[in-house]
Amino acid sequence: MDKVLMKGNEAIAEAAIRAGCRHFFGYPITPQTEISAYMARRMPKIGGTFLQAESEVAAINMVYGAAGAGVRAMTSSSSPGISLKSEGISYIAGADLPCVIVNIVRAGPGLGGIQPAQSDYFQAVKGGGHGDYRMIVVAPSSIQEIVDSTFLAFDLADKYRMPVMLMGDGMLGQMMEPVAFPDTTGVKLPEKEWATTGTKKMRKPNIINSLYIQPDELEALIKNRWKKYIEIEQNEVRFEAEGTEDAEIILVAYGATARIVKAAIKKARENGIKAGLIRPITLWPFPSDVISAAAKKVKAILCVEMSMGQMVEDVRLSAAGACPVHFYGRTGGVVPIPADVYDEIRRYV
Amino acid sequence: MAIVFQKPKALSDVPLHYCPGCTHGIVHRLVAEVIDELGIEGSTIGVAPVGCAVFAYNYFNCDMQEAAHGRAPAVATGIKRANPENIVFTYQGDGDLAAIGTAETVHAAARGENITIIFINNAIYGMTGGQMAPTTLVGQVTQTSPYGRKVEAQGYPIRMSEMLSTLEGPSYIKRCSVDSIKNINDTKRAIKKAFQNQIDKKGFSLVEVLSTCPTNWGLSPVEALDWLRENMIPHYPLGTYKDIDAEQKA
Repeated sequence: MDKVLMKGNEAIAEAAIRAGCRHFFGYPITPQTEISAYMARRMPKIGGTFLQAESEVAAINMVYGAAGAGVRAMTSSSSPGISLKSEGISYIAGADLPCVIVNIVRAGPGLGGIQPAQSDYFQAVKGGGHGDYRMIVVAPSSIQEIVDSTFLAFDLADKYRMPVMLMGDGMLGQMMEPVAFPDTTGVKLPEKEWATTGTKKMRKPNIINSLYIQPDELEALIKNRWKKYIEIEQNEVRFEAEGTEDAEIILVAYGATARIVKAAIKKARENGIKAGLIRPITLWPFPSDVISAAAKKVKAILCVEMSMGQMVEDVRLSAAGACPVHFYGRTGGVVPIPADVYDEIRRYV
Repeated sequence: MAIVFQKPKALSDVPLHYCPGCTHGIVHRLVAEVIDELGIEGSTIGVAPVGCAVFAYNYFNCDMQEAAHGRAPAVATGIKRANPENIVFTYQGDGDLAAIGTAETVHAAARGENITIIFINNAIYGMTGGQMAPTTLVGQVTQTSPYGRKVEAQGYPIRMSEMLSTLEGPSYIKRCSVDSIKNINDTKRAIKKAFQNQIDKKGFSLVEVLSTCPTNWGLSPVEALDWLRENMIPHYPLGTYKDIDAEQKA
């Protein structure tokens, strides 16, 4: 398979198109604008729709409509824009619609900054929008993994009829690496008999809706949806583990931060410290079991994030007190460097 | 025995939840009659709002999507762009279309999005119990303008049809009323044209329908119709605000 050199944001767009996405609705925001720009160039040439919406709110609701009409639909944004989309994401979850939402995370809160951050972890995995719902969150850490994750995101969205977030950061979005795209010839998109495509007077009307006035009816519906979530927790956890077999300390990091952590682990190993890495690829479902098992065997866990400590809460829940869980984070758009992470490792072993 | 009157096929056989005297039932029926007459029931997708008409997805006998408050034109845009051969309409109240969803309304119109919007203007929020709407008249008493709408504090009501008619995108914008048989017939003709325009790919059409809310206006159904005629029509004149067919003929 031929490799091409691509920027992260453009790789997302190309992968989405190859995954069958022909409907993209976006709104400009740094640092993800290349996704929209790529879609604007490509979609008209392949019979697809690129639409620059009047707002993030409108864009996610266009995704709602298009996803409800049965097509693979996508939007992309960055942190402040995702806050605006959160209403729509809640409705999409409540109406069981499949779609892909890209968040190329920048620093917050508020307008924050445009540099890389991971401070939207809570928003992505703990809600964001209102109500009892979950969203699958995939956090790649290389451009090739961005491509693979984009295909995965569309497939999981359709399989489970739910929103899937592809979460990166400004560093991954702007970085260039060689990538190969999977062969998609002969791949058929799933049929969606529930979609609003017109009854053709052949069937009862399909209704896309999240309103249920009777509490017992709504509770039953949510409980039923929860069975799906439990199935996802059992079947769709994805992570990378490296050097965990003999490790005395395990580092937990995701996305671009994991690359920095890998450099620190390499230095630690060179200096006789047995450090290992667990890198969650899915942030929800979270790889709790592997962290839980590791916690029983190591002296300490060190969680590294570009935030003041968000994923670390899930790491602590997973470790359940079996070993100390330490945290090192930089925030506001400051990227940690391997030397600082290495110093942190030395503090705990 | 010949059947001389029956429920339109595009209307489901379920009881409506609307209050006695409310004109939503009339407009639902007109939309359904138009869908029947145009033979588009099998290809039509409706978008229900948040507000009194929220359950419209149970009342129209076609595929339906329920949108978040104010977002119906964006949802309709997504549906139409996904399957352009479908006929897509939204059914929205004044709070939905002219307050929380103003941006979605204006930009769908500006894009000339090939959809049909039925806009129910009854100058009040009905579902939540009678609060001030963007179309509440100056001096009108509501739950949140208990001393009457005062321009110093609450500004002026919005004339959506006039505002939208300044845009180049829309093909057809008309304000009607359902206070009399004549006006009901006019409203039906307007709704039919608004759907026909979409079939003919002429782009965005909107029919504003002046309607009553006897419950929250605190009037009997008959008094409410009088109130509409005496207060709403003078502020919201009936008529065609945009019609590209007429412009082309002129």
